[in-house]
Amino acid sequence: MRSDGRPPLALTLAAVGGLLFLHLPIVLIFLYAFTTEERSYQFPPPGLTAKWFAVAWNRADIWPPLYLSLRVAAISSAMALVLGTLCAAAMARARFFGRDTVSLLVVLPIALPGIITGMSLRSAFAIGEIPFSTFTIVLGHATFCIVIVYNNAVARFRRLGASMLEASADLGANAFQTFAHVILPNLGSALLAGGMLAFALSFDEVIVTTFTAGQQSTLPIWMLNELVRPRQRPVTNVVAIVVVMATFLPILAAYYLTRGAEETAGGGK
Amino acid sequence: MSAATHPARGPGDRLTGLFWRRPKLLTALLLLPPLLWLGVVYIGSLVALLVQSFYSIDRFSGLVVPEFTLRTYGELLIPSNFDIILRTVTMAAAVTLAAVVLAFPVAYFAARHAKGRWKAVFYLGVMLPLWSSYLVKVYAWKLILAKEGIVTWAAEGIGAGNVLSAVLATPVIGGNSLSTSYIGTFLVFLYVWLPYMILPMQAALERVPASMLEASADLGAGGWRTLRSVILPLALPGVIAGSIFTFSLTLGDYIIPQIIGSSRFFIGQTVFSLQGTAGNIPLAAAFAVVPIVIMLVYLTLARKSGAFDAL
Repeated sequence: MRSDGRPPLALTLAAVGGLLFLHLPIVLIFLYAFTTEERSYQFPPPGLTAKWFAVAWNRADIWPPLYLSLRVAAISSAMALVLGTLCAAAMARARFFGRDTVSLLVVLPIALPGIITGMSLRSAFAIGEIPFSTFTIVLGHATFCIVIVYNNAVARFRRLGASMLEASADLGANAFQTFAHVILPNLGSALLAGGMLAFALSFDEVIVTTFTAGQQSTLPIWMLNELVRPRQRPVTNVVAIVVVMATFLPILAAYYLTRGAEETAGGGK
Repeated sequence: MSAATHPARGPGDRLTGLFWRRPKLLTALLLLPPLLWLGVVYIGSLVALLVQSFYSIDRFSGLVVPEFTLRTYGELLIPSNFDIILRTVTMAAAVTLAAVVLAFPVAYFAARHAKGRWKAVFYLGVMLPLWSSYLVKVYAWKLILAKEGIVTWAAEGIGAGNVLSAVLATPVIGGNSLSTSYIGTFLVFLYVWLPYMILPMQAALERVPASMLEASADLGAGGWRTLRSVILPLALPGVIAGSIFTFSLTLGDYIIPQIIGSSRFFIGQTVFSLQGTAGNIPLAAAFAVVPIVIMLVYLTLARKSGAFDAL
């Protein structure tokens, strides 16, 4: 099993098969958006039509959830950006007592099942008599988005190294100047990538949201209702395509932003 | 640091001097907001949940009695409740094992054989399904597993229609159609969590030095022997890191078994219905504590094995 040799055929087939397994179901979502059958999931579709895109556009019940999801995702990822970066900065610059506990605390909101985060927040709201609002949704989302930003930022801080910060100090910059002129430009693309991933995560989250939203409806909650009580099934597919696009584009952008990072931020090796 | 070597010109400089003299102060200031947030919002809520689980519900009035009792936890051991826990843990274990088997070839190929453009294809090929909408993925499987859907169509197309019927006729795991059986639930869990297993496995495999594989070959080990004695032990931290996700996510999910599966409950569904329509918050909280305990034990073991370095 040499790494430079040709891979065994069975391995190649299994690997490609695994990738196909991951992607074919999503392709099917696209196909069903064009079916003429709206009451069942008949395969193959009896006919093809593009009318569902127009129908979806004109359905008034889709727009408010979409706006709410966008608003929640924007606020949550902004908060996660600040909190995640601060945490990463602290972890990168020092070894201190309780460091492991902090890293565990950051990971915990996504390591524990979402239903626990949701149920916990809900009990806390009940005890504190906090009414459901956009704010209660954001509270949950920002909590599990911190780790996404943190992971991206901490990796970049590690590459940045101490030498550049020392050089900046030697040249007479104070901590704030170093932050603005050295740290931020080096951190920028990692933060943008982390922020976009956090946005995608929040935009799509449903489990925690069902506990923290009350009567409000985000786009994923709208979709969940359509899954349980379907009407005009292809319209759900059209919305699904929009959601897939809304998450794919940030992921692709985040990938291209952090891809060349090893070569560009070379300091401190 | 005296003023001579670091002339203070403004408040920013004075603060810089302070941070320089007391580096721990800056660390503490940086940590304060995130720790405050996670401590108050997250840990605070977890404590609220924990507290509720020690309350009980009055049988006659249906109101929560805010007095410390272990009775609610005792209710978890009632056969019908304990079955739910057992069913969920079994499903989580089955999904995790299947995910390891399915993820390994993809992770291994991506880590050791994919070069250049193929490396990017594999990376994005795992990243995109990982990040694409959870509900969209569940929905896709509702289309696939429906009685009139593509699986039935394909099975009949290749003349395996009766094989599918025979599988569905199997007691316990079978059902009326794939989308109302445990097999369906299992497949969807496996599909949705698979990328969470591939990525840490790939990270661990990438760190296995090629020289070790060469050494193994030089010492006369064949492909399988190297796989078993060198690659798998070194990939273990990645497997554990991945299994944290597959196990934990399966334990807490309530949407997948609700959309695709038999009507028998999993922990997540039980929590959701208990806190919602049934209004039994204490029992819901006690049920929610079960995955926490399982995961905390798991995380402690995982941390000892160094799995967090592979995250």
